[in-house]
Amino acid sequence: MTQLTKLTDEALLDQLQRAAFGYFLEAVNPLNGLVADTSRENAPVSIAVVGFALSSYPVAVERGWMERSDAVQRTLAALRFFRDSDQSGSPTATGFMGFYYHFLDMHSGTRVWQSELSMIDTALLIAGVLAAAMYFSGDAPEEVELRELADFLYLRVDWQWAQGDGGTIKQGWKPESGFLHYGWEGYSEAIVLYVLALGSPTHPIRGDCYAAWTATYQWENLYDHDYLYAGPLFVHQFSHAWIDLRGIRDSFMREKSSDYFDNSRNAVYIQRRYTQLNPQEFVGYDENCWGLSAGDGPNDEQPDVFNEKRRLFGYAARGVPYGPDDGTLSPPAVLASLPFAPELVLEAMRNMLLRYPQMLTEGRLTGGFNATVGASDDQPWVSAGHYGLDQGIVVLMIENHRSQFIWQLMSGCRYISDGLQGAGFEGGWLPPRSSGEAN
Amino acid sequence: MQPFDATLTTPQDAYEDKRLADIHPQAWVNPKAADSYPLIIVGAGSAGVAAAELAIRLGVRVAMIERHLIGGTCLNTGCVPSKALIRTSRLYAEMRDAARYGAKAPDNIEVDFAAVMDRVRRIRSHLSGGSSVRRLAALGVDMFFGNVRFTGPDTLTVNDQTLRFDKAMVATGTRPHVPTIPGLREAGFMTNANVFNLTELPKRLLVIGGGPVGCELAQAFRHLGSNVTIVQDKPLFLEREERDAAQLLSDAFARDGLEVRLNTQVVGVRVEKGSKVVDLISADYRSTIEVDAILTGVGRVPNVQGLDLEAAGIKYDADNGIAVDDFLCTSNPRIYAAGDICLEEQYTDTAAASARIVVHNALLRGKKRLSKLVIPWCTYTDPEISHVGMYVREANRKGIPIKTFTVPMHQIHRAVTDSEEVGFVKIHIRDGTDTILGATIVARHAGEMINEITLAMVAGIGLRTLAEVIHAYPTQAEAIREAAKAYVRSRVTTRLRARLQRWLARRSSAPPA
Repeated sequence: MTQLTKLTDEALLDQLQRAAFGYFLEAVNPLNGLVADTSRENAPVSIAVVGFALSSYPVAVERGWMERSDAVQRTLAALRFFRDSDQSGSPTATGFMGFYYHFLDMHSGTRVWQSELSMIDTALLIAGVLAAAMYFSGDAPEEVELRELADFLYLRVDWQWAQGDGGTIKQGWKPESGFLHYGWEGYSEAIVLYVLALGSPTHPIRGDCYAAWTATYQWENLYDHDYLYAGPLFVHQFSHAWIDLRGIRDSFMREKSSDYFDNSRNAVYIQRRYTQLNPQEFVGYDENCWGLSAGDGPNDEQPDVFNEKRRLFGYAARGVPYGPDDGTLSPPAVLASLPFAPELVLEAMRNMLLRYPQMLTEGRLTGGFNATVGASDDQPWVSAGHYGLDQGIVVLMIENHRSQFIWQLMSGCRYISDGLQGAGFEGGWLPPRSSGEAN
Repeated sequence: MQPFDATLTTPQDAYEDKRLADIHPQAWVNPKAADSYPLIIVGAGSAGVAAAELAIRLGVRVAMIERHLIGGTCLNTGCVPSKALIRTSRLYAEMRDAARYGAKAPDNIEVDFAAVMDRVRRIRSHLSGGSSVRRLAALGVDMFFGNVRFTGPDTLTVNDQTLRFDKAMVATGTRPHVPTIPGLREAGFMTNANVFNLTELPKRLLVIGGGPVGCELAQAFRHLGSNVTIVQDKPLFLEREERDAAQLLSDAFARDGLEVRLNTQVVGVRVEKGSKVVDLISADYRSTIEVDAILTGVGRVPNVQGLDLEAAGIKYDADNGIAVDDFLCTSNPRIYAAGDICLEEQYTDTAAASARIVVHNALLRGKKRLSKLVIPWCTYTDPEISHVGMYVREANRKGIPIKTFTVPMHQIHRAVTDSEEVGFVKIHIRDGTDTILGATIVARHAGEMINEITLAMVAGIGLRTLAEVIHAYPTQAEAIREAAKAYVRSRVTTRLRARLQRWLARRSSAPPA
């Protein structure tokens, strides 16, 4: 471990990125291209993790970690699976209206755990599908097919339906009970969802839908930083994996003279300040040991225990400054902030690796560790195995930091730029809107 | 059928004798009515009593009529008994949690629930003196008990007496809404109207509804030792409050060991072997729990029935109560309404404030507006959640640029020394100014703290001035000044940066010397 922290920044990042990418090689079902949610036994597929895998293959090809033909085959397997999947919306189907159930069986690809048809996870999958289509632009018949499949899958998604009768997009739908009865409230990782939904040539949502969502934003001054509030770090990261949000602004950010990229940097400052203040006096927290986000945690759920002194949360979206905070930090969430604050992230990452080398297993960052829980024997609690979402965001964000490769790839995607403009984004790398275009 | 378990009656003790002697004496004989009254008040709750006191002070002859108990919901089945109960429940919670404060927890903490409720009733009885019929009569109020029916635009009857009025105010309040759940009435249940009659602690309690009443009582009973399940059909508690506030409350409930069921509905109740068996459904997930008692706290319905409001030409609606304009006048220009019967904001002090507006407008030809009131409120859970003014989503909807200054309580020394660092102060201002639009406070004593911000709003004091107000150190209310200081710091930076940039621009455009 000490060796890892002695590496140069570039070598350290290369090693962590490649190790993270390795997850997708191990967790894939090569027959259908689907990828497991976690490395744990019998883990189902998470459709969002498939989206990250599809976005990671081009990175691997560029870095020489994977043959282009291999990447095409893996991508095609997944795309063909989704094309042919049962879209009836029955309780044992794979999807409905172009969306997919959150968790699927590794082999049959049908719904498991009575999971919901997930709008955000479908968006993350589709973002990966479109990334693959942007990268595999060759004339070989397989690459042509790949692009056609990608288009088919995106155009099939009925985003409009997902609005139900409400202002914002619903969070999910179940065949047993219909739409989950709440939409998106407050800033979240959903920019990519709204952008894809607005950019759709076939089933776009109404333009006021995005405004209805941003009307739930909270612009706050906290610890002397002005920012668009969201507690967990991943919210400040996921959309940025695909979309270069530097210098482009929607009407909210124009009014606040900020942008979502700067905002994610402020989120880093706020995490650092929070862990430095460490209100609940957890072990390990300081300005170079942070990372409250969605992730695995030690669970101590004992419903009949009265007045527990501390409650641990298992897998949860931890956040600052309002919690929940049970002393668990997510190392991948730190690394995924790399593009926004490279110097701060690298300093924290090196410090955390040095102090808690247990957070690295098989060379990969685990989904969470808690030094307070293990304080008695000096060994932090460490999440078992690895989570696909963690590995995916690490691969993409390191790449965006190193080469801006995914951002550049996706900035050429018409659906994305149309969607951004539909949401009112202007400036930066976005092509100026011609005067005839009305939104 | 009674809207609750009618077998659960108030224990007849000395406290109860005193309370009834104060606020509805059995032997009371209604006075002989005057020929006509300048003002008749229907309903002697917080609004009625406030209006009567002000009118008497103005030298006006007043008749007030009460169907049940003077003091209304607040004194008898609302704020007063619930806050008394919460105080004891907090003490038990702190005893169990003593180690957190560096104290040794008592070895065997046993809740004497009868003593808890005895205290609740003693305090309620003690405070009923302030609303006693003798006191009101001594002030000069003609106090009637009985059922009111309007018989015309300027007449009504109490029992068999006819009373004429020049102006009238209807303030009959609300009663608990009873959800239509199959089997609930048959199984028996409690509302705020009878829960304070309990003398035995229910071992297992289901609370239906995650609004203020449900949240306060669920946590109080949990602290007193009940195994409490709280069921709320929405994704968060306290639907009206901002989600961070509601989230902190959810976390607090989880810490307390309350069984929380969000996005869940109660679909049926039945009795099996003496237990109440309750079927729940959450999306497609069905489950069943067994409890000993059920408490519902799912909103209120206005007391508009039985008054013959139509005879007086008063427009109303069974769900929203009496319709009033901004001057609190009903569709009959002689008749006004005040308090919960006509207001969206159903709080004791707001009821009283609206009643004073009515007296001004009805008797002094005033033009005071309801919409000018700045109304704070608080939910007395632990932590407490208080709010005044506008919410962010409201400002966004109205296109008002809004910015929030947030100070987590963990930055405030007194909160840390008291191990009460959960919560925050959020002050919303009109972006670009220091004008306060509203605030939300989550803190152990948020109810006390919100008053300072309400004062600032009423007096037109902005954050710049608040930042100059030295607060006693160390107090938790310093969080308010810290938010104001953050505002001042943010302005200084912006101004300095602008000036520096102008200076740099001039320098770079100046011709070389």
